[in-house]
Amino acid sequence: MMLQLSGVHAHYGYIHALHGVDVSVQVGEVVTLIGANGAGKSTLMMSIFGQPRASAGRIVFNGEDISKLPTHEIARRGIALVPEGRRIFPRMTVMENLQMGAVLGEEMNFAVDLKRMYLLFPILEERCQQRAGTLSGGEQQMLAIARALMSRPQLLLLDEPSLGLAPLYIKKIFQIVRELNREHGMTILLVEQNAHHALRVAHRGYVLQHGQIILSGTGHELLANPEVHAAYLEGGQAATAS
Amino acid sequence: MSALVLAHHRISPTERLKDAAAVAFIALLLGIPMIGLTTIDQGGALRIATRWPALLAFIAACFVGRLLLRYGFDQLRARKLAREQAAAAVRDRNLAASPLLTWVGWGALGVSLALPIVFTDNRYVVDTATTVLIYVMLGWGLNVVVGLAGLLDLGYVAFYAVGAYTYGVLATQLGWTFWQALPVAGAMAASFGIILGWPTLRLRGDYLAIVTLGFGEIIRVILVNWTELSGGPNGITSIPRPSFFGLPFKPPGDDPTFASFFGLEYSPSHRIVFLYYLILALALLTNLFVSRMRKLPIGRAWEAMREDEIACKAMGINARNVKLSAFAIGAMLGGFAGVFFAARQGFISPESFTFNESAIILAIVVLGGMGSQLGVVLASLVLVLLPELGRDFAEYRMLLFGTAMILIMIWKPGGILAHREPTLRYLATTGDKR
Repeated sequence: MMLQLSGVHAHYGYIHALHGVDVSVQVGEVVTLIGANGAGKSTLMMSIFGQPRASAGRIVFNGEDISKLPTHEIARRGIALVPEGRRIFPRMTVMENLQMGAVLGEEMNFAVDLKRMYLLFPILEERCQQRAGTLSGGEQQMLAIARALMSRPQLLLLDEPSLGLAPLYIKKIFQIVRELNREHGMTILLVEQNAHHALRVAHRGYVLQHGQIILSGTGHELLANPEVHAAYLEGGQAATAS
Repeated sequence: MSALVLAHHRISPTERLKDAAAVAFIALLLGIPMIGLTTIDQGGALRIATRWPALLAFIAACFVGRLLLRYGFDQLRARKLAREQAAAAVRDRNLAASPLLTWVGWGALGVSLALPIVFTDNRYVVDTATTVLIYVMLGWGLNVVVGLAGLLDLGYVAFYAVGAYTYGVLATQLGWTFWQALPVAGAMAASFGIILGWPTLRLRGDYLAIVTLGFGEIIRVILVNWTELSGGPNGITSIPRPSFFGLPFKPPGDDPTFASFFGLEYSPSHRIVFLYYLILALALLTNLFVSRMRKLPIGRAWEAMREDEIACKAMGINARNVKLSAFAIGAMLGGFAGVFFAARQGFISPESFTFNESAIILAIVVLGGMGSQLGVVLASLVLVLLPELGRDFAEYRMLLFGTAMILIMIWKPGGILAHREPTLRYLATTGDKR
């Protein structure tokens, strides 16, 4: 087991956002967390990174409890985050953004990894001297993913990568997720509102509601589940299947 | 009618024809009663007559007119779009390289090197230039904290004061020289930077500004009240002036002096010019130091911290160390400037280190363009020279000063030079990293 959350609670001030969540991710898997707005998806993701810190429960990564570690130490263990809303460094150039993603790596890996990212996302090479804030939303999302990959992580956390993107880019992003996992063997934990796309690419999925896991299963099981279908896919499917 | 409504989009020839046809149709509807039919007086009775040729001409005129009008508007819009794109391209190019700014920088350096030679006998000019350079150095120091790391510091003058008083006390009570005290005062100011930085690690923006404002006041109040150490409101007097590698600037006496050693005739302007070159060297060292830092991982981490703290932490960067290093280095540079200030004035008192000074230094950084080194120079020139040039206007001086600042901020909201030089270049075609 690569990542294991057991009985994790989290608070924002007085608001109890997570009520004892159990989630696990194995090496080589794509695991998705779906749920409505405010269900606690992003909180769960951020609490892995200690923002906010889990108020109870254990978060074990590669056999080590990381729930008490400071955020930057968690990143150093080999977890990379593509945060919700991308959070690139807007006034720095595309290349400087990628360099920031590589601060943990060796100097000599930088050129190699940069080439790899440019192969994966050719648009970033074209834009490498441009201010990141001038990229389109989809390009910024690719930059955020590339920046996270620059640290050569063992586990990639993707927080709503399709948020606010055009349908064409959504498709592209999920293609990249699939490619990263199937061809490069990247282990991915994916939080999404776009349940249809997410469940199709995922090996397993969890459904989160009011800070609790209410359902879990393989991607196909959840896709076929009538409750999931009614709550998260009805209507949404027509809009996103194109 | 939809053709009319969509007039704001890019239009194909068929759409243009459709659009003109719609206009012609409206012209027909309006034209039948107004042009096509008319009343004529025939033998005292009114009769309706038709004017179909005139109506036809009117409709044709509307059709053609509409086509021309649309075409003209589209051309105008296309030209505007092209202009905007060209401007964007220029912006991108500016981002990549800016030979003009480089030349301005070298030119400014040349002028500042030549200035005391040209104005050797004009003490006022060299003195004012020295003041400008002190502010340039302070601006470059604060630029690390505010411009690069994005930590709003309203109490920067505290570090300036720590540097000045450290030298004042060491020199008057222990007899240290300028060069001995300089590193110690820098280290002292840096540790005060950490003392300020540690409790404010979790604060940002306005909250941080309030705490730093308070810190600046605390230092000033301590200096006013700790009479045994700082001399209280009377300050510290007769602080020794810096010497030229052990050769003092004095009228000829028993010991060798600067003038006698070099076989020059003694002149008080030697010291003024020496002080000028001293602060120029200190400021240039500061500049070199800061621009090197910017290109190191720590400098890039400062900027990333300014942009997005959470993303920065998720990259594995230790936010505490990054912030403390920015505070400490900014404070150290302020401390160096303080040592020079004390040595130049020969007298320091808490009155030199009021909030007003902090505000001016911050104004220099903001006016110059956050993070821009050259912008700080230009802003210091404006902020120090404007009140000097305005002396003729007597009591309206500060009014003029304020108006100028407001005008600059309206004209250039991002500061005089809002441009940011990338720290990393990569030529995609050749794969060279420079």
